[in-house]
Amino acid sequence: MRDVSIIGVGQTAVAEHWDRSIRDLAVEAIAAARQDAGVERVDALFVGNMLSGELAGQENLATLVADGAALLPIEALKIEAACASGGAALRAAYLAVGSGVHDFVLVVGVEKMTDYLTDGVTSALALAADADYEAAHGISFAALNALLMRRYMHEHGARHEDFAPFSVNAHANAALNPHAMYRQPITVEDFVRSPVVADPINILDSAGICDGAAALLVAPASEARRTRRAPVRIAASATATDTLGLAERRDPLVWQAVADSARRAYAQAKLAPKDIDLFELHDAFTIVSVLSLEACGFADRGSALKLAAEGRIGLKGDIPIGTLGGLKGRGHPVGASGVYQVVETVLQLRGEAGAAQVRGATIGMAQSVGGSGSVAVTHILRV
Amino acid sequence: MKVELPRYHRLRGSYYRLEGSACPACPGRYFPPRPVCPSCRTAGLRPFVFSGRGTLYSFSRVLQPPRGYASMAPYDVGMVRLEEGPLISCQLTDSERVELSIGMPVEMVVRKIRDAEEHGYIVYGYKFRPRLQKTR
Repeated sequence: MRDVSIIGVGQTAVAEHWDRSIRDLAVEAIAAARQDAGVERVDALFVGNMLSGELAGQENLATLVADGAALLPIEALKIEAACASGGAALRAAYLAVGSGVHDFVLVVGVEKMTDYLTDGVTSALALAADADYEAAHGISFAALNALLMRRYMHEHGARHEDFAPFSVNAHANAALNPHAMYRQPITVEDFVRSPVVADPINILDSAGICDGAAALLVAPASEARRTRRAPVRIAASATATDTLGLAERRDPLVWQAVADSARRAYAQAKLAPKDIDLFELHDAFTIVSVLSLEACGFADRGSALKLAAEGRIGLKGDIPIGTLGGLKGRGHPVGASGVYQVVETVLQLRGEAGAAQVRGATIGMAQSVGGSGSVAVTHILRV
Repeated sequence: MKVELPRYHRLRGSYYRLEGSACPACPGRYFPPRPVCPSCRTAGLRPFVFSGRGTLYSFSRVLQPPRGYASMAPYDVGMVRLEEGPLISCQLTDSERVELSIGMPVEMVVRKIRDAEEHGYIVYGYKFRPRLQKTR
């Protein structure tokens, strides 16, 4: 395998883009990433997306995007791994460049969710769960996470408001990110008073429905030295799976796919959790942040809430998370989120994160999770 | 138009009888049914009907339902630890006036699990309710 770098990044604002199509968003992010890299050549395009068939009535999406961006006749494929589609698309590009099959590969994560009302989007998101044994029983995605959260609170004697610091942190960081959707700071009181979706999960536990696209240009590290931006190397890329159905796990509170993908990534990069300067984790719900921090070795089982309560997840903490807002604050256009996480990690490592800059950051981890922890993709980047 | 009749016909064993599978080579018992045993990798698992008794592992009241479940909302869902060992995700029923708690005994019943759609097919399947006490 060759060493692989990210030489360009681009993103649209995350918002309700009522006047833009899925193609418009993808093409804008791609143009921004190519301009950032200052490189013309593109050999292949991998599109991370979960719901274009369901919410835009469009499959064969990669061809649509390649055509829209005037990249024909390059190889173009859609990569789908539920909410981890963005991370999985970068993984596909990493394999293509690392193996020597391609030199310059574009990755774009894109999702267009706001053409539908909430019940339609809720049904679409449930496609990531087990169709026959979860979704068909009216168990929404929020409900699956609510089942986890209630059990976690039971086992560890936690209260719902103990989860508030995760949302408060996400909104505080999003306020510093011009591309974020939810830029208003919130308080613990706002969190407690927020309307319930599936108890104990409320609106402020949950990442919102939105549209957006983010893009990366990936190239061999040898080529990256000649581009105008400081190259950021992919030090690790790893993915793992777990049972599709949440109930089929030995212990649903142990996110084994997340743990396995992180463990493999640490081994590849020859790093430990203590070496990671910032962690873009998959905070689709506050309980997911908790289970991810524990599975990735940043907190012992049952102690991630304490980590948050002590302020250690903030920009000046020892393990900053969701530094530009995370899924909760920036917004969670599902198939795009994994690419946004990597764009933001690159900005942090280049020292271009503006007011949200984590001082002296040289190693960042981005982790994209699909289903209720059934697939996880972890990347470690460094400068 | 969606026609899902074959799908629900295929699911009748698990939906109506709580039929999962048992491994002939190890003590593995699984719900939903599986083709291959995840603990010893033996193929050719046999049908195994669970008793339908268990205890509540976790629960949630759904206030924002997916499409096709609006007429039932709000409704309760849960995870149940079956007495044979596996966990199952399910809807709960007859629970409106009961204070649900983790560990409470529950039992399986067959109920309507989603609204009829365009093709008029009403899906029935297992739900769990707080276990009834025996009277004489």
